Amino acid sequence: MSTEEKQLYSVSIYTENNIGLLNRISAIFQRRHINIESLNTSPSEIEGVSKFTIVVNMNEVNIKKILGQIEKQVEVIKSYYHSLDDIIYQIAGLFKIKSELLFEERQIQNIIKESNARIVTVNKDFFVLEKSGKKEEIVELYNKLSPFGIMQFTRSGLIAVTKEEMKISSLLESYNN
Amino acid sequence: MDTQTIKSQEKSIKTTERISGSEAIVRCLIEEGVDILYGYPGGAIMPVYDELYKYQDKIHHVLTRHEQGATHSAQGYARISGRVGVAMATSGPGATNLITGIADAQIDSTPMVCITGQVPSHLLGSDAFQETDIVGISTPVTKWNCQVTRAEDIPEVLAKAFYIAKSGRPGPVLIDITKDAQFKEFDFSYEKCTHVRSYKPVPETDVSKVEEAAKLINAAKKPLIVWGQGIILGEAEEQLKAVVEKAGIPAAWTILGASAIPTSHPLNVGMVGMHGNYAPNILTNECDVLIAIGMRFDDRVTGSLNTYAKQAKVIHFEIDPAEIDKNVKTDVAVLGNSKVSLDLLLPLLEQNSHNEWHQKFKDLYEIEYEKVIKNDLYPTKEGLTMAEVLKEINIQSEGKAAIVSDVGQHQMIACRYADFNVTKSNITSGGLGTMGFGLPAAIGAKMAAPDREVVSISGDGGYQMTIQELGTIFQQKAAVKVVVLNNDFLGMVRQWQQLFFDKRYASTEMVNPNFVAIAEGYYIKARKVTKREDLAEAVAEMMQSKEAYFLEVCVEKEDNVFPMIPSGASVSDIRLE
Repeated sequence: MSTEEKQLYSVSIYTENNIGLLNRISAIFQRRHINIESLNTSPSEIEGVSKFTIVVNMNEVNIKKILGQIEKQVEVIKSYYHSLDDIIYQIAGLFKIKSELLFEERQIQNIIKESNARIVTVNKDFFVLEKSGKKEEIVELYNKLSPFGIMQFTRSGLIAVTKEEMKISSLLESYNN
Repeated sequence: MDTQTIKSQEKSIKTTERISGSEAIVRCLIEEGVDILYGYPGGAIMPVYDELYKYQDKIHHVLTRHEQGATHSAQGYARISGRVGVAMATSGPGATNLITGIADAQIDSTPMVCITGQVPSHLLGSDAFQETDIVGISTPVTKWNCQVTRAEDIPEVLAKAFYIAKSGRPGPVLIDITKDAQFKEFDFSYEKCTHVRSYKPVPETDVSKVEEAAKLINAAKKPLIVWGQGIILGEAEEQLKAVVEKAGIPAAWTILGASAIPTSHPLNVGMVGMHGNYAPNILTNECDVLIAIGMRFDDRVTGSLNTYAKQAKVIHFEIDPAEIDKNVKTDVAVLGNSKVSLDLLLPLLEQNSHNEWHQKFKDLYEIEYEKVIKNDLYPTKEGLTMAEVLKEINIQSEGKAAIVSDVGQHQMIACRYADFNVTKSNITSGGLGTMGFGLPAAIGAKMAAPDREVVSISGDGGYQMTIQELGTIFQQKAAVKVVVLNNDFLGMVRQWQQLFFDKRYASTEMVNPNFVAIAEGYYIKARKVTKREDLAEAVAEMMQSKEAYFLEVCVEKEDNVFPMIPSGASVSDIRLE
């Protein structure tokens, strides 16, 4: 793919865990009028180090520039970008559906089975389905359930680990010396 | 035991004392060697001012007339001295008034620490009186910022603030401190910051990249150096001069790089950019190797990037990795501190003179001289030109004055025509183009370097944006020489209206007050010049004055600054008229 062509990239940013850093990082995208497709923050594998996973639709030339601006921030340790082919990722979807449908519409049970979705909870009014996977799988399940009526639906940001090694620990050690 | 070892022993004994957060703030400033700070008191910062009162023999607080003035003064202080400038304000409007100066310091890489008071922590987020989210507001325009709500955190955070502001590519840092943290007592001890885990201020210089650069430079037939403020910030003036002289490379500068090599140096070929000199702009598109040192290819320097130095191999010496390939694709990027990189480069360079190539610069200078410079410096028309005033200042100061300019036509004229024989002599708002910068920045510069002659040059527009700082000059007895080049217009905008908007002079004509009376109202000696025959003598009187002096020079109303690269055009399309 040419460096000028837009595609989805997952940006992984390892940072100190500080209030205000999210603002600083999102401002870098906002300033260039780049829409953030999804965003997730969590602790990383290293104690005291946070990890942002941000998905954006950009070309490679510009994502490199964005990474420069991100890494320039004092509290950012390191950032990487990957195409979706270079990461193992999951997105979660939650569906809230009327409980009566589970018993009245036999087809729903088949849909749940085929899609490998998981029932999180059931009570007399509603049940909640959880489906993790790629975006398309969740969209597909949504489309199948939609005709029966979905009370609530939400989809999480993308979380990912990379196929390549990320040497954050050794990088931090080199910073300490 | 000599005094040095006694001192270092004293330093190593860490003592703690129980003091308030506000006293700790002042003690931290003193520990960082701050002798002067600029600011404006108010509710949420009052405990700190109370401590400044107690410590006034150790640290001098300058009451500016507006918080914006405090930031620009701190910038002027930093730019002339290389030290960290400090500005202080209260919460709410005090804090928001700092933003212009902070944004200016960010884009011009000026080391500055701003301290703001904040409402007590239990009121945060409640829309309390004079509460504003200054950390949120200042985030995009600071190198780092932080809110402190616990007194115990003050020493560490302020130590970090000074370290971050000054190290690597410098920039502004804002620390917001709640009023309860200022009041609370804690056990104080201070340790300077020398390291922040996630922050690497200076990338290591890769010797192999320096070798690659040297190879390209040695093979070049038509090399051109364009240096920026990175030389001054990296204190690499001597190194740059040695490189330029050994390899015989014509060297041009961006406005923030001005004065790193004296104007009179034979290989200094002038300013690049929109109103820069003819030769370095034209020849940017003829050189075979373009060596950019400590500059960032701003659009005012490059014009259209599609037609900028496409024929040249580009070498970029730069401390900030984010600048590499940001605007101009480089062939060799040498990361690191300019002084270190140039020291490594020098022994690898072959002696050269590039006489023929250099002659091209001289030939083009002759064209610029005939078409522009001659008429600017020695006009035959009746009205005074801005350049004539600069010429007189050069003569009277022997080119040793620090020129602090504002923004607009006079700024371009000052940069083009001032003789800069001493480094750190061109203090101006480059990246942000902040009108009103000049007068307060000159105050800061004069106070940081009282032995230097500091001349503030403004237009009649920008001058009135921070004119109230005349009060600071008066109160501080700061011997700033204040020149206003008055054309009764917002001249640069008017020039664009003339050239690109069919002479529709929308809101650019100024009906001005009696500037001399205003200066005299602040008890500052003042004079107005309207005729050529009075100019030399008036400038002489100003320069000889031991105290502050105001000089208004009424210049031709509708003069334009040339050469000019129209916005978005190529450097090759530079216009001489």
